[in-house]
Amino acid sequence: MSGRRLVWVLVALVPVAFLAVFFAYPMATIIEHGLSEGSALDVVRRRSTGRLVAFTVGQAAASAGLSLLVGLPAAWAVARVDVPGRRLVRALLVVPFVLPTLVVGAALQATFERLGVDGTDGFHLERTVTAILLAHMVLNVAVVVRVVGTHWALLDPRAEEAARVLGASRRRVLREVTLPRLAPAIWSAAGIVFLFCFTSFGVILTVGGPGRPTLETEIWRYATQRTDLATATALALLQLVVVVALVAAVGGAERRAAAAALVRRPVPPRRPVTARQRLAVVAALAPAALLVLVPIGVLVERSLAVGDGYGLGHFRALGEETGTGLRVAPLAAVGTSLTYAVAATTIAVVVGGLASVVVAHRGRATGRALDVLLMVPLGTSAVTLGFGLLVALDEPPLDLRTSRVIVPIAQALVGLPFVVRSLVPALRSIDPRTREVATVLGASPARARWEVDVPLVGRTVLVGAAFAFAVSLGEFGATSFLARPDAPTVPTAMFRLLGQPGAALRGQAMALGVVLAALTVASVLVIERLRPKDALGW
Amino acid sequence: MVTGLAVEGLVVRFGATTAVAGVDLAVAPGEVVALLGPSGCGKSTLLRAVAGLEVPAAGTVRWDDAEVTRLPPDRRGFGLMFQDHALFPHRTVGQNVGFGLRMAGRSRAEQADGVAAALHRVGLSGFADRTVDTLSGGEAQRVALARALAPEPRLLMLDEPLGSLDRVLRDELAAELRTVLGELGLAAVHVTHDQEEAYAVADRIVVMRAGTVVRDGPAADVWGDPGSAFVARFLGHANVLAPGAAMALGLDVVTPVVVAEAALRLGEGPHRARVVDVRFRGATSRVVLDVGGVRLSLHASAPPPVGTEIPLAIDPTHVHPLAPDAAG
Repeated sequence: MSGRRLVWVLVALVPVAFLAVFFAYPMATIIEHGLSEGSALDVVRRRSTGRLVAFTVGQAAASAGLSLLVGLPAAWAVARVDVPGRRLVRALLVVPFVLPTLVVGAALQATFERLGVDGTDGFHLERTVTAILLAHMVLNVAVVVRVVGTHWALLDPRAEEAARVLGASRRRVLREVTLPRLAPAIWSAAGIVFLFCFTSFGVILTVGGPGRPTLETEIWRYATQRTDLATATALALLQLVVVVALVAAVGGAERRAAAAALVRRPVPPRRPVTARQRLAVVAALAPAALLVLVPIGVLVERSLAVGDGYGLGHFRALGEETGTGLRVAPLAAVGTSLTYAVAATTIAVVVGGLASVVVAHRGRATGRALDVLLMVPLGTSAVTLGFGLLVALDEPPLDLRTSRVIVPIAQALVGLPFVVRSLVPALRSIDPRTREVATVLGASPARARWEVDVPLVGRTVLVGAAFAFAVSLGEFGATSFLARPDAPTVPTAMFRLLGQPGAALRGQAMALGVVLAALTVASVLVIERLRPKDALGW
Repeated sequence: MVTGLAVEGLVVRFGATTAVAGVDLAVAPGEVVALLGPSGCGKSTLLRAVAGLEVPAAGTVRWDDAEVTRLPPDRRGFGLMFQDHALFPHRTVGQNVGFGLRMAGRSRAEQADGVAAALHRVGLSGFADRTVDTLSGGEAQRVALARALAPEPRLLMLDEPLGSLDRVLRDELAAELRTVLGELGLAAVHVTHDQEEAYAVADRIVVMRAGTVVRDGPAADVWGDPGSAFVARFLGHANVLAPGAAMALGLDVVTPVVVAEAALRLGEGPHRARVVDVRFRGATSRVVLDVGGVRLSLHASAPPPVGTEIPLAIDPTHVHPLAPDAAG
């Protein structure tokens, strides 16, 4: 084995070992537990399982479709039109991408109450499929705007102009020229949204309620409340199969998207000239903006509503330990969450960074295998992951069950794909000739990477880190298993508070939600500021 | 009645910048006009406004006296060909070429005939089923031309159509373009920043600068009498002289002048010229002379060696006065 080859093996070893120990091994453990305790096939054959899968797939598909419907016009406006405060609009639209699902769930719940559609007047949205779809749209319109919008800005507009001059109406240009070229990006976005909604947990629990179970919430229920491991495992396996297939499909769409005819620099957006153009921009942006602004606005309003007036009472109460049912003051959860998030981000950046280098530069087979492997945690049920870690890492040398390290490790696994998705396109976009120039000028291969790659992708590393940080802060599915009762994170504390009766606790939950939202929004703003303007990927 | 294209007082603004600042331009049917100017002078924007892709702030665009200023681009019946071809990457060559015919609602048979005819015209018969990414640069440009020609537009606009090609291919395609345009008798506007390409394709030259037309006329007239130092330099005249330098050569002028190469005769005449530099250029060499402190250059097939002194005659009929040009 040559020296260079050895270096690559060592670089690849870190992410592979990490995934093997903290992802594959726990997954294998619960699969083994499940298979030994009963017949997975029986569970799969149950009629109720069929209904469960149908509903899970149906709501995810509907969520993806609706997110596209609202997100595509907004993606066009953000990519192609120069509106005043464009950066702000864009940031606003992508904020929910990293907003904790629990916060969105709580915000929508509060919105239904505020709008009087929570059932007190007969008509209600609460605990309906519509509510689930709305919550998923709030979270995922951002994905569409981000993935499709970035691609749209890089599509050469002259193909559209050529079609116009050749006699195609606007509508025909959209159908025959724009959409076919955007198709890979649209499919990619749809796949990601479907994946998120397929394994959605916090939203289903808060907005859907116990009457609207999906695979994810049933895995959680069977594992924790009914301690029926066999069923939980069978459902987790079923979910895993769908997820792996979908991840592979999304990866293919992403590669095709990258191959479409793109310009190197984003086409500068143009200012609307006519009244008709201005109207089109407003119409394109309004639904997406309302979807984001209304629930966040209501969340803030509810957190400030004390008795009949407004005040900071709920925020002040966050510092008090009594009467919350938690073992610590809610504010302590903020400190815990931040500590965990910093640790998780560090792990995700180191492991994800090394993995990205391998994915971006190694031969097709190795790179693609690792690429898919790294995406799987994204689609895997976070609940299954948390549960698996709990079950698997229970004996020396890896008795981490009661260790605090286990929470950031789980969160790092969830954040890892975000680091890799940001870094790989950036690494691939580096012209290899710049590295060759460095080598010809006397730099060793490692030195060439240090001098060329690192400065060029440095900002992207920060983007990936900010993503991982935001994801860690909001992570709920896995953390709900792993966080110790005496050290809850913000989402687990929120969930406890929401589950108890009383307007004061509810107000505190809203206040905690506002704090959490503010922290994640701050991360997004960092991302938007750092993100290279023409970056593909996330 | 005015036939063909008539642009009057056209203004196009992007925010605070004015890209086209009041342009008048007429193109008769069968006429090929080259719109020449440095990059950023507004020539492409003018073309796009004529095509309907930009909304003008003022002015009118007419065809045969019918105003089309506010007409959307798909209803003007004009053709436009871009630099870098802008072919539809997700369609075959045949589907690209047939696009306009399909938009016009022609039957499948008519579409097939039109595609075949257009591809034949550009010398690419049999390419219909090829995918766009298998084409070479020159082939892609020919397909783009076929696509623009297939729906039989009444005006063809070409926006730097040869700009991305190498010199040899560019000369070859310019000649082909000239032939095709001649055969069709189309009105055509050809935007370029390359004066040789302009001469190769067009009969009439319109020079633009900073959003306005600064010279408009038959190619030979514009070359012979450029009118301003800017146009003279842009068209490739090497000997643009300030009034002082012109007087030093014994020319009786008060304005800047352009000394066309045809005015310079080596080996005879009253001036003493010292050969400062000789650059081999293939068929001819470029010779730089110092005539009493004034630099002049010309092309010669048998250049004198550097350092020699040689008599020089300047024929005043090939010396043209130029309008003073502050920035020139």
